[in-house]
Amino acid sequence: MKDEINCTELENLTRFLIALGDDSVIYSHRLSEWCSNGPYLEEDIALTNVALDYTGRARLFYQYAAKLEDNGKTEDDIAYLRTEREFTNLLIHELPINDFAFTMLRQYFMDVFYCLYLQALSGSKDESLSAIATKALKESHYHLKRSEPWIKLLAQGTDESRQRILRAQAELENFTGELFLMETWEVQLVDQGIAVDRSLIQLEWERQVSAFLAESNIQFTQTQLQVSGGRCGIHTEHLGHLLSEMQYLQRTYPGMKW
Amino acid sequence: MQTVEPLLQEAEFDQKILDEQKIEPRDWMPEAYRKNLIRQMSQHAHSEVIGMQPEGNWITRAPTLRRKAVLLAKIQDEAGHGLYLYSATETLGCTRSELIEALQTGKAKYASIFNYPALTWADVGATGWLVDGAAIVNQIALQRTSYGPYARAMVRICKEESFHQRQGYEIMFALAKGSPQQKQMAQDAMNRIWWPSLMMFGPHDADSAHSSQSMKWKIKRQSNDFLRQKFIDQTIPQIKVLGLDMPDPEIRWNKKRGHYDHGEINWDEFYQVINGQGPCNHQRIKHHKRAHDEGEWVREAVRNYREKQNRRENSTMKK
Ligand SMILES: [Fe+2]
Ligand SMILES: [Fe+2]
Repeated sequence: MKDEINCTELENLTRFLIALGDDSVIYSHRLSEWCSNGPYLEEDIALTNVALDYTGRARLFYQYAAKLEDNGKTEDDIAYLRTEREFTNLLIHELPINDFAFTMLRQYFMDVFYCLYLQALSGSKDESLSAIATKALKESHYHLKRSEPWIKLLAQGTDESRQRILRAQAELENFTGELFLMETWEVQLVDQGIAVDRSLIQLEWERQVSAFLAESNIQFTQTQLQVSGGRCGIHTEHLGHLLSEMQYLQRTYPGMKW
Repeated sequence: MQTVEPLLQEAEFDQKILDEQKIEPRDWMPEAYRKNLIRQMSQHAHSEVIGMQPEGNWITRAPTLRRKAVLLAKIQDEAGHGLYLYSATETLGCTRSELIEALQTGKAKYASIFNYPALTWADVGATGWLVDGAAIVNQIALQRTSYGPYARAMVRICKEESFHQRQGYEIMFALAKGSPQQKQMAQDAMNRIWWPSLMMFGPHDADSAHSSQSMKWKIKRQSNDFLRQKFIDQTIPQIKVLGLDMPDPEIRWNKKRGHYDHGEINWDEFYQVINGQGPCNHQRIKHHKRAHDEGEWVREAVRNYREKQNRRENSTMKK
């Protein structure tokens, strides 16, 4: 009986780590698409820098998952050899980069979220998880210091930049709610003090975001109807394309060292 | 007075060059020296920036997470080099937007190597190894260049370049020691990138338009052919370690010279690519322009926002 409990606990934790790794790896992929495409050279550097941070996070989550699974699989097997239905990232991470306004508003939403979420996760009973969260939290604080002024600037810059921010907001609003949803297995991890109750963060996230946007005369309304499904492998149409690009070499030349 | 002073200034400048002192932004310098530097430094800056494209072409397809992280970091470094070199060029009295315009209108050049396509993953390895390798040979020589900001930029940049070269070689090594397909991939990439890397050192000394004056001013410290030979000599043993076939059948150790002999570079191709007819010339500039144009609304928003801020500050100061 005891073994059975441990077994589910382990399975839940692995699942959780892979989900967090998926969030990071997919988001990092999107950000890296800005390389040589930014409005300033400085932004090329900044955006790839954030991409690099998220790649680093993905590796830490996956490596830990691989260690727990202990079946010879590596971080790369997890990233490169699973299908679109097996990926469990939350949908907001996979949306295409669109324009700079969309990218920065998503970045801002993510930054506020991760600052709160990782702060809470750094208190996890699982020491390895807590260590990853602590490291990542520092990065997110830094990211937020950069995304906040950009949102303010774009919202108050020109009519066009403001319109672009508003359009981005209208699209992103449908996807932020999923950040605060949990499957049963995640709830179980919360009960064990390993994961963080996402619903408890939601209020604070909404408070910060609406207060900040209000400074630029933008009203933030969390729409009632939220798109979700990422954690169950129900994605947008975009993910398949992303994966076919990302996994191309590993799929074409199976089982090789690079 | 007016006729004597320029002469004095010029003599002082010449003496500084002779004494191996650095020329600094506020120092008087001949107009031709300034122009020559702007040409060379901006070309260098543009090369860093345009070079992001062929390598960036592989970020989203890197084969492992570690390789992806390393490649991201490398390209980020190159962007940083570009930025650093643009600032160094700006000390000569031109703005970054002028420099970018010169790039986009074809008035300014960038390293021709980036007008070749990065076709396979092995190209990322071969580029790091050979292109950054050739760049290092050039840039080590430039650490002693006479213009202070340029020399200092080179010192800083060289450190990162050698890291890039090691990473590139590491990719090649993994491929060369991997499956037959991977080895073939490595061989193919090296064969293609080898010649354009040799071209990076420019035409033969006898045919180099800017060389002699640049050497006199100590902007350039060593000749094209000397540096090219140095690069070849250091790279051949590395090819042997990889166990790949030589990219040039005429490569042979010459005991008498103490150097490797090699086949002649296809100079027609060199001039063709330099004059805009390479495989990717149009693509690279089009890409740069597209990204720049798409970012215009952002830059406009920045300008507008700053103006509003300034106005607000001014009006509160008046109160
Ligand atoms: Fe560089
Ligand atoms: Fe480099």
